[in-house]
Amino acid sequence: MDKHAAAANLPYKLPPPLFHARCRACWFTAAVLLLVVASFGSLNLQWGQFFSMEAVRSMGRFVGEFFPPDLSPAFLKRVGWGTLETLAMSALGTVIAVVAGLALALPASKRFENQRTLARSPTRLLLNVLRSIPELVWAALLLISAGLGPMAGTLALALHTSGVLGRLFAEAVENAPPGPAQALRTQGVGELRIYFYATLPQVLPQLMSYTLYRWENNIRAAAILGVVGAGGLGQLLSFHMGLFQMGKTATVLAAMLLLVALVDSLSHVSRRLLTR
Amino acid sequence: MNTTTSSLAPTRDPAWAGRVFWCSLAIVLLWPLAVATEFRPWVLVEPDNLRISANFLASFFPPAVDGEFLVLVARESWRTVAIATAGMTLALVLAVPLTLIGTSALSISALSGQMARGPFWLRQAVRWLLIVLRSVPELVWALIFVRVVGLGPTAGVLAIALTYGGMLGKVYSEILESGEAQPTQALLRNGSGRLQSLLYGLLPQNAAELTSYTVYRWECAIRSSVVLGFVGAGGLGQQLDNSMKMFNGGEVSTMLMVFVLLVALADQVSASLRKSLG
Repeated sequence: MDKHAAAANLPYKLPPPLFHARCRACWFTAAVLLLVVASFGSLNLQWGQFFSMEAVRSMGRFVGEFFPPDLSPAFLKRVGWGTLETLAMSALGTVIAVVAGLALALPASKRFENQRTLARSPTRLLLNVLRSIPELVWAALLLISAGLGPMAGTLALALHTSGVLGRLFAEAVENAPPGPAQALRTQGVGELRIYFYATLPQVLPQLMSYTLYRWENNIRAAAILGVVGAGGLGQLLSFHMGLFQMGKTATVLAAMLLLVALVDSLSHVSRRLLTR
Repeated sequence: MNTTTSSLAPTRDPAWAGRVFWCSLAIVLLWPLAVATEFRPWVLVEPDNLRISANFLASFFPPAVDGEFLVLVARESWRTVAIATAGMTLALVLAVPLTLIGTSALSISALSGQMARGPFWLRQAVRWLLIVLRSVPELVWALIFVRVVGLGPTAGVLAIALTYGGMLGKVYSEILESGEAQPTQALLRNGSGRLQSLLYGLLPQNAAELTSYTVYRWECAIRSSVVLGFVGAGGLGQQLDNSMKMFNGGEVSTMLMVFVLLVALADQVSASLRKSLG
């Protein structure tokens, strides 16, 4: 009897096993470690080359060439124009995306019981494809039909953002309180008019905040889209970097960082004001 | 019955005048934007352009599926994931120490009200370093590193490491500071070291949120490592760029499909991991 009780207590006195088959955290950690080791192993990174004296010297020379930045009025004017172009690209791209997102949110959402939702899965698939291809890849694809310049960038921003916004809008529309829409529906009003007069006014503040958030993201994205030739500050950057005009490159880089910092702090301040 | 219900529904928009006004104002305001971005959609449907686009799109079908190419795509997809993972690892190496220095949750002098001047400025400097690291887009870091270390994955890994290190460091210290401060402060007041109060006070509270954010960032890193390929940092993006330049639509469509699948997979993995973390 006594012996039996001791045996029953024994497992509790043992330290827990370090690894057992049902320990999900252990498997997860092991998988992450394996992934990291395999990544570093398969990439043949040239650390030797990067930390060699040669690389340090070339990095120093590279940074040294940034000075002095080109601050001649003519070039500053071009950079200013590039900044405006970047802002215009992001704004127009966002506006087009809002229109497309509103149009796609209607077939992508299930708004009431027993609704026939034939178009829902195809529309969702379309939105997912639009969303998962980054702006830069869209821009590179669009260069073929829209040509070099800011229009390709604008369209690229519009395509990617309409995927993102369409999905967010569809979710907002689905979660809207169904009362007003149901009231119109029982009166025999068509779906499009219900959407415009009952559902949209309800979710408008939410849609506005999504849109502003995406605009902020798009300004940042528009600044670098030009690297593939799609206009804005990025195009100036890759152009002058390609010609090894480092002074001009430094000015463009500074303008880019200034723009990003400005957008960041503006959004931070406005968010703080709005949530207070 | 039907006639009565239709007569109840308004037949004309009562606020049409206001709507027409705001729509025309929006168009007037958008016009300069369209001019600035040389937005001329009709260029897309000019016969010459239309023929080129149609040819390119037509060459998307059938997608390239020969064995040799699929092996190449698989290898490049792995490289994309590997660049993202290696970049994230280095970003963590950068972010974790900076977080521990920079977070005010582990400040001993702040326990008695005002933080001492030295630690305050050190924390401020770390914060500014993180902001600078974060606000340079990874593509710009990659452009710079491609110049210094040459084409290849090293530039991509470094670019992701620097930008994501800044982001992770900033968000980590925000998470640590937003949690319940009581347990950590109690530990610090009773004479435990900073490391101890981190391990026993801060981490147990915030581990799930920290891991969840890290997984989410890993997903973002996969997406941006594709983009980095376009400036020569290796992986799927570089192959995509090559095939696009050669107008090889079949290869482009295969790689786009692989890319969409890769992103969807990362999305799923990260969503399920975050769900299981709660």
